[in-house]
Amino acid sequence: MSLPPLTTLPNPIRPAFTKGLTPGSVIVNIGPSHPATHGTIQIVAEISGERVVRTDVHCGYLHRGFEKECESHTWHTLIPYVDRLNYCSALINDFAYCEAVEKLLGIELTPRCRHLRTLLSEYSRIADHLTCVAAALMEMGAMTAFLYLVTIRDYVYEHIADLTGARVTHSYGRIGGLARDLPDGWLQRLEEILDQMDTFVDRVHGLVDRNRIFIDRMRDVGVIATAEAVNWGFTGPILRSTGAPRDLRKDTPYLSYGELEFEIPVGIKGDNYDRYYVRMREIDESKHMIRQLIDLLQPGPLCVDDRRCTLPDKQAVYTEIEALINHFKLIMEGPQVPAGETYSAHEGANGELGFYLVSVGGGVPWKVHCRSPSFVHMGGAHRMLDGYQLADLVPTFGSINMIGGECDR
Amino acid sequence: MITEGNLLDRVQASLGAQALETGMAHGILVLQIDPASLVPLVGRLKQEFGFDLFLDVTATDWPQRRPRFDVVYHFYSTRDFVRVRLKTRVEEADPTVDTLVPLYGSARYMERECHEMYGIRFRGNDDLRPLLLYEGFVGHPLRKDYPKQREQPLVPYRDVKP
Amino acid sequence: MSATTPVPRQEKSAAFEYLTTRKDEFVGWARKFSLFPYPFVTACCAMEFMSVSSTLYDTDRFGAALPRFTPRQSDLLMVVGTVSHKQAPILRKVYEQMCEPKWVIAFGVCATSGGFYQNYAALPGIDKIIPVDLYIPGCPPRPEMVIDGIMKLQDKIASERHPIINKDF
Repeated sequence: MSLPPLTTLPNPIRPAFTKGLTPGSVIVNIGPSHPATHGTIQIVAEISGERVVRTDVHCGYLHRGFEKECESHTWHTLIPYVDRLNYCSALINDFAYCEAVEKLLGIELTPRCRHLRTLLSEYSRIADHLTCVAAALMEMGAMTAFLYLVTIRDYVYEHIADLTGARVTHSYGRIGGLARDLPDGWLQRLEEILDQMDTFVDRVHGLVDRNRIFIDRMRDVGVIATAEAVNWGFTGPILRSTGAPRDLRKDTPYLSYGELEFEIPVGIKGDNYDRYYVRMREIDESKHMIRQLIDLLQPGPLCVDDRRCTLPDKQAVYTEIEALINHFKLIMEGPQVPAGETYSAHEGANGELGFYLVSVGGGVPWKVHCRSPSFVHMGGAHRMLDGYQLADLVPTFGSINMIGGECDR
Repeated sequence: MITEGNLLDRVQASLGAQALETGMAHGILVLQIDPASLVPLVGRLKQEFGFDLFLDVTATDWPQRRPRFDVVYHFYSTRDFVRVRLKTRVEEADPTVDTLVPLYGSARYMERECHEMYGIRFRGNDDLRPLLLYEGFVGHPLRKDYPKQREQPLVPYRDVKP
Repeated sequence: MSATTPVPRQEKSAAFEYLTTRKDEFVGWARKFSLFPYPFVTACCAMEFMSVSSTLYDTDRFGAALPRFTPRQSDLLMVVGTVSHKQAPILRKVYEQMCEPKWVIAFGVCATSGGFYQNYAALPGIDKIIPVDLYIPGCPPRPEMVIDGIMKLQDKIASERHPIINKDF
């Protein structure tokens, strides 16, 4: 059935420029429904021949009102919203948020929970880097590499679904612990997947690393220097690709990162090739960390034994009145978090993922603000796009790894 | 490398005089300042104390309190790995602070977002177009008096037959 | 064409009706096995869309693998993920740029009804602005659900009328 066409559709943005600077240049609109911009970014570019003179990056097409939603949910029931920020590595968001609330509550995690959270953070980081590299390579035409990486990522998703119940947006973190403990055989399957991952990732290295076309498209494209990157707020793999070994896991260790041995891969020039290679090396480092954590895991209690936030055991809920009331109040009113504010940051797959929480006491937050790396990177993206060719926009954008949920919140 | 306690103590000692209040909150030094002293203080944080990464600017709405808004800044030092929070209060009638765009490039987008969500005006930032919201959106959604469900659709809804 | 348009009954001979039915079956068979999706991808459901297009859950078996990233060359609009009010004019424009016959899949609960984002920013379901043929719920739906959905859409296409020469035949 066809609809009567709307004669005028409103333009949701106001571009920064409508006339070109250089004579003979053309203003081109790229996106937002564009595969290279991941469906939610609009770039208004001034093109002179094939060269991009300047760009105006517009985000916000996936703004879903995360902060406003959080103000009407309890501290626990907003965890699914937090998941959907950086949906490629959902567990990192969960744990970063839970840690911020735990700071307000003054809770210290059990060792098993700390190690398990670290392990799952690294596992999520691997999934995110696999997705980013797969998408970036596919956008340049390397369909085979995409299929390899998405296959191994699918094994990771199924494996995490065995633990958390969901493939993509897990909602597994809980304030004071985790939703449930590891099922039997989970760690054996984890080792199998890590071994299979070695094979798949090596194949992609073989296809792409010394490939003439790949090097021509990625080397010296989208270059940014360290000082400029810091000025524009870049963190994470983009900052590391410029040569600065900055990583919150080493600089301000949290969870169990202080007990692990790992390196920080850095690039040399800050171009697209370095960003690709830093992510591939980070996958290797994450695998190394996961293998260490498998050895460090000891049996023990998972959730902290604090009735302000941990749901009591079901056996107790059905037999004792205190546990029943505790359970009831935690579900209906939410954990009562003391008044205060805190900012807590984790090293997300894209950089510094921070949560600024304001509590006025009570079970519902006053403010939940997410400092998202992708949003800040969009502010500086034009430094990597201006001056290069129009076709370079695709790999550069792919290497920035803009995740819409995180950027627009 | 300067240890965390040392740098934060020095910042507190040096800038504390210009601040209205200082304190530590969960490992972060918090300085409550006057809006007029924002840019000089931030300049000193950047030049003298090496807080080169501007993390975030956001605002909190306290509708029952005057002044109504708290504008909150976070900074990070990539050399010493510590964070600092600056808070400043602005009235509802004139929610204006100075812009940090000349000091940090990343302030551009973050100030745009803070403006459209809360209505905070950043004096000196001439590009305060809507970023996450769209042209034609009326109001500032993250203020407490904006109802969550109030939609302003751009495309009129069609009649949906059940 | 979507099946929601009622086609008026005309008095025709039995032979004509037989030919029309056979033609509809043949054209329906051809169209259902050669879907060209336009993946209007926005949010988390994109992860499951990538999985369902890849080797383990292959949509290529159903003829629906080859995405055309221009609406002019595609016939299946898969709206994958949340559509915000800012994105709504873009979605409407893309839908209008597609030629008949075209079908729309709402992939995920956010496209179906807004999901759990019931606030000022998210469109409460894309059927508020464009007609939808198939809704696949899930947040995000498992790839098996997506394949089930595509098969149901294929059944729907097979049972539709497909006027190709004029409105009767």
